[in-house]
Amino acid sequence: MWVGRRLRRFEDAALLRGEGRFVGDIASGSAAMRFVRSPVARGKILDIEIPKGASVITGRDLEGVGTVMPLLHRDDFIAVEQPVLPLTEVHFAGQAVAAVIAPTAEEAEDFADQVFLEIDPLDPVVGLDNALSPDAPLVHEHVPGNSIIDSNMTTPGFTEAFEPAPFKVSVDIRSSRQSAMPLETRGGHAAFDASTGRVTLSAGTQAPHVIRTAIADVLGIPEADLRVVAPDVGGGFGQKYCLAVEDVVAVWAARRYRMAVAWIEDRRENFTSSFHSRDQHYLVTGAFDDDGKLVALEADIRCNVGAFSCYPVTCGVEALMAMAEMPGPYDFREYSVRARAVTTNACPIAPYRGVSRPVITMTLERLMDEAANRIGVSEVEIRRRNLVTEFPYTSVMGLVYDQATYIESLDRAVELIDLDGFRKEQEESLTKGKYIGLGLSTFSERTGYGTSAFAARSMDITPGFETVEMTMDPSGFVEVRVGASSHGQGLETSLSQLVADELGVRPENVRIVQGDTDRTPYGWGTFASRSAVLAGGASKLASHDMRAKLAAIAANELEAAVEDMEFSEGSVKVRGTDVAVEMSKLARIAYHKSNQLSLGSTPGLSVSATYDPHGTFSNACHAAVVEVDLETGAVQIRRFLVVEDAGILINPLIADGQVHGGVAQGIASALFEELVYDENGNLLTTSLMDYLPPTMSEMPLIEIEHLVSISDATITGAKGLGEGGAIGAPAAVINAINDALRPLGVVLNENPATPERVRRHIARAQGA
Amino acid sequence: MKPAKFEYRAPRELEEALSILAEVGDEGKVLAGGQSLVPSMNFRLARPAVLVDINGIGGIDSVTSSSDHLVIGTLARHVRFERPVTDGPLGHLLALAARKVGHRPIRIRGTFGGSLAHADPAAEWCMIATLLDATMVASSVRGQREITASNFFKTVFSTALEPDELLTEARLPLLNPAAKIGFVEFSRRAGDFAIVAASSVLDVEGGRISTARIALGSVGGTPLRSPAAEAVLQGNVPSGELFAEAGEAAAGDVEPMGDIHGSPEYRRDLVRVLTRRSLQASTEH
Repeated sequence: MWVGRRLRRFEDAALLRGEGRFVGDIASGSAAMRFVRSPVARGKILDIEIPKGASVITGRDLEGVGTVMPLLHRDDFIAVEQPVLPLTEVHFAGQAVAAVIAPTAEEAEDFADQVFLEIDPLDPVVGLDNALSPDAPLVHEHVPGNSIIDSNMTTPGFTEAFEPAPFKVSVDIRSSRQSAMPLETRGGHAAFDASTGRVTLSAGTQAPHVIRTAIADVLGIPEADLRVVAPDVGGGFGQKYCLAVEDVVAVWAARRYRMAVAWIEDRRENFTSSFHSRDQHYLVTGAFDDDGKLVALEADIRCNVGAFSCYPVTCGVEALMAMAEMPGPYDFREYSVRARAVTTNACPIAPYRGVSRPVITMTLERLMDEAANRIGVSEVEIRRRNLVTEFPYTSVMGLVYDQATYIESLDRAVELIDLDGFRKEQEESLTKGKYIGLGLSTFSERTGYGTSAFAARSMDITPGFETVEMTMDPSGFVEVRVGASSHGQGLETSLSQLVADELGVRPENVRIVQGDTDRTPYGWGTFASRSAVLAGGASKLASHDMRAKLAAIAANELEAAVEDMEFSEGSVKVRGTDVAVEMSKLARIAYHKSNQLSLGSTPGLSVSATYDPHGTFSNACHAAVVEVDLETGAVQIRRFLVVEDAGILINPLIADGQVHGGVAQGIASALFEELVYDENGNLLTTSLMDYLPPTMSEMPLIEIEHLVSISDATITGAKGLGEGGAIGAPAAVINAINDALRPLGVVLNENPATPERVRRHIARAQGA
Repeated sequence: MKPAKFEYRAPRELEEALSILAEVGDEGKVLAGGQSLVPSMNFRLARPAVLVDINGIGGIDSVTSSSDHLVIGTLARHVRFERPVTDGPLGHLLALAARKVGHRPIRIRGTFGGSLAHADPAAEWCMIATLLDATMVASSVRGQREITASNFFKTVFSTALEPDELLTEARLPLLNPAAKIGFVEFSRRAGDFAIVAASSVLDVEGGRISTARIALGSVGGTPLRSPAAEAVLQGNVPSGELFAEAGEAAAGDVEPMGDIHGSPEYRRDLVRVLTRRSLQASTEH
């Protein structure tokens, strides 16, 4: 068995040696495209002055080019149209207004400096609270109340359950604006091929097929005229899932001028102009009965989605996910919710690792801790009384939860972190004036969304299925072409392991081909913790078909029954005998002796399979121990533990890596990262001196234990786990801070919990 | 994020460097370790017409002790100070500070003189120079002059150096072998510029503080001494209460500016805490 082994990633050797091939490598030597970006958050474009000798593209040049308009088909959604380059008005500081093309990046930047944008500034709408105030200007005239989504739902029995409940506990949660901040910024290299008239766009993208559809649609060209390649991609986390208008301009220019041109975003542009994330505010009240059972939940969800909607998922995703998945791992039957996606003059939002679930989890976990205090039960007990225990479970929003280990992961985390021992230590520390705290975070992670799950959002473009094409070549080597598009997830290794087991070959003899629309079947790329489940499932299905083909040839060759064929170690043998034939020989027959194949068999060894499950839920419990410096407000994480269940792990080493990376980004949300706009809508955090991702020095050791649910929601038994770390960690850290400061009466519900914020809360509690 | 066009000059002799600086005047900028200048140029915040790279000049990176001073050549790299460069409290103080200068790759390239000439009010060496009232030696074709720290730092990123002058060395007074030194910094992450930094030197004679020096970083346009806190300490017996009182006095002495990493109020809070902690740490060594 290869599945379950901690195989080192095949991808890493080249990356570590600097032999990876990124857009920047491909772009080397091509003409450079530099974008001139709006210096103001909102204003009318009066004129664009172009310096002498410069090649500049503005909105006027893009005649006949369409706009970007992602759609949901639902009454509570208002579509917002985004011009590729604006003609009349700018909507956020950093929006691309013109593009300069020059032989080198330096010259392009020189010219871009000299392009003068004459803009008449208008009052910008900055921040959620301003956007929702009754006298706020409208970001888009056709969007009343600045809400592109305003959705309501109340269960019929809500009031009856909510009103008489003895305990009502409210939390007011704010999660600041963040950047996914991939190590490699965005970029694209568009090269025209005169012999075919096609353009090849090499882009840092998570979804090459989707991007090809988008660009072809906007430019009004057949998709066949465009090839999109995702070479090595240095992280995406959602930021590289959505269409970059810059890529549209690059492809347009390559076609128009029959040239090769590349735009490579710098870090400042990545902050000002690449999709942001989070920026949510939830007001939630839970109604609990005398036993601490949550009977009803009321939620007011507000998501600041910025100036435009991201393609293809739209900016409805934040609010709608928060609405649908708010129950998390907890059981309650009555629910009243209003969810709004609010447009402002800020950089647009795109789904970032976890999307709304980090905020959902922080909300529920803060609620549980506050309720435990109010009702007088322990933080473990209140969770045990409310966690879902029977499967399949159908939530109040109609989501079906498959087998999971909510209670087991909680219990195991409490045991491993030694909660009782910690409470004693905490008490002793307090006598010495040392404030330590422990925070728990129990959550579910919906993964492997299929088309049925996305269709529930009424998306115009409904992602979900995944197709795999598999070929065994005449030498017996297996090629697996997937629509998923790994950009750090290690699919080349994990899918190889899966296929190796199915076909009885070694993983080194399986090559995964991805990230190239010319080479792979139409697919949805890699996002939303889907690829192991979806591409894994499709690979397994394709492997079954491949086995059937090989078995038929082998049975013929070995003169035995097809049912008796057994696959292992590169051979097919007759069960219970030593009679065997090497797979490479079978492959030769399939191609070179197809005359020997039985009637009805097609020559060669190619199969294709599609997988489209409904989805599955992973789960975990995180536990954090922190120490708070009362005088400075600094928070130090002393211990971080993850008890995690993603079903069967294909490669536990990769799974651990996903947990580590996710937790790091979760800790970043909790303590460090924040994009800050000033009151004029100018971004203040435009470098890595101002925007502070944690480094190795700030990261605690992360202890991980895996539990294994056997779920039949996926055919591999694998659940996704790409986002869990980022979903659970903020709540664990924020709960731990609250636990540490409880003796002072501090309640802190905002992240990041920067030293100054923590200090301010402490000072207020101390009456200073 | 590519620099604007510039001319690159790389003199091999000090005299040559000085004559280039005299020739280009305002248009020129000296490249030492480049750890601040190069990012500024890439951001196009700095656009020097001529970059004068002094890295090829021999003999200006030495660190030597005289009878009463430590003499630091301008090109001495930060990393050099991670271990004490001289016996006694001064070497120890510099080592404490050096480990807070950026990250290791920055310390390997960045220079002592470059940091002083850049005059970031949050920089460790600027605070140390202020704490000890170091003497800076500026050289030009016109000759050499000495400038004390209190006259050297003018405001944020601004010094008493004339455009044609090169900071060639810094002289730090050696400390009393029994001097008690303290150095603490508060930053969001390891290696970041301090939100507030505090340092102190105490001489204690007969159980009483005979001289006290306190310097603060990142609380104004230049590093600052705190006369009020020093006065609190002077002549008194070191104790936790006294140090807390000094912290209060230091907080009253500053008018910090705010930025996204810390408001004026928060910085003042930190001055109080860090001044006390620096003094406490100094007596615990």
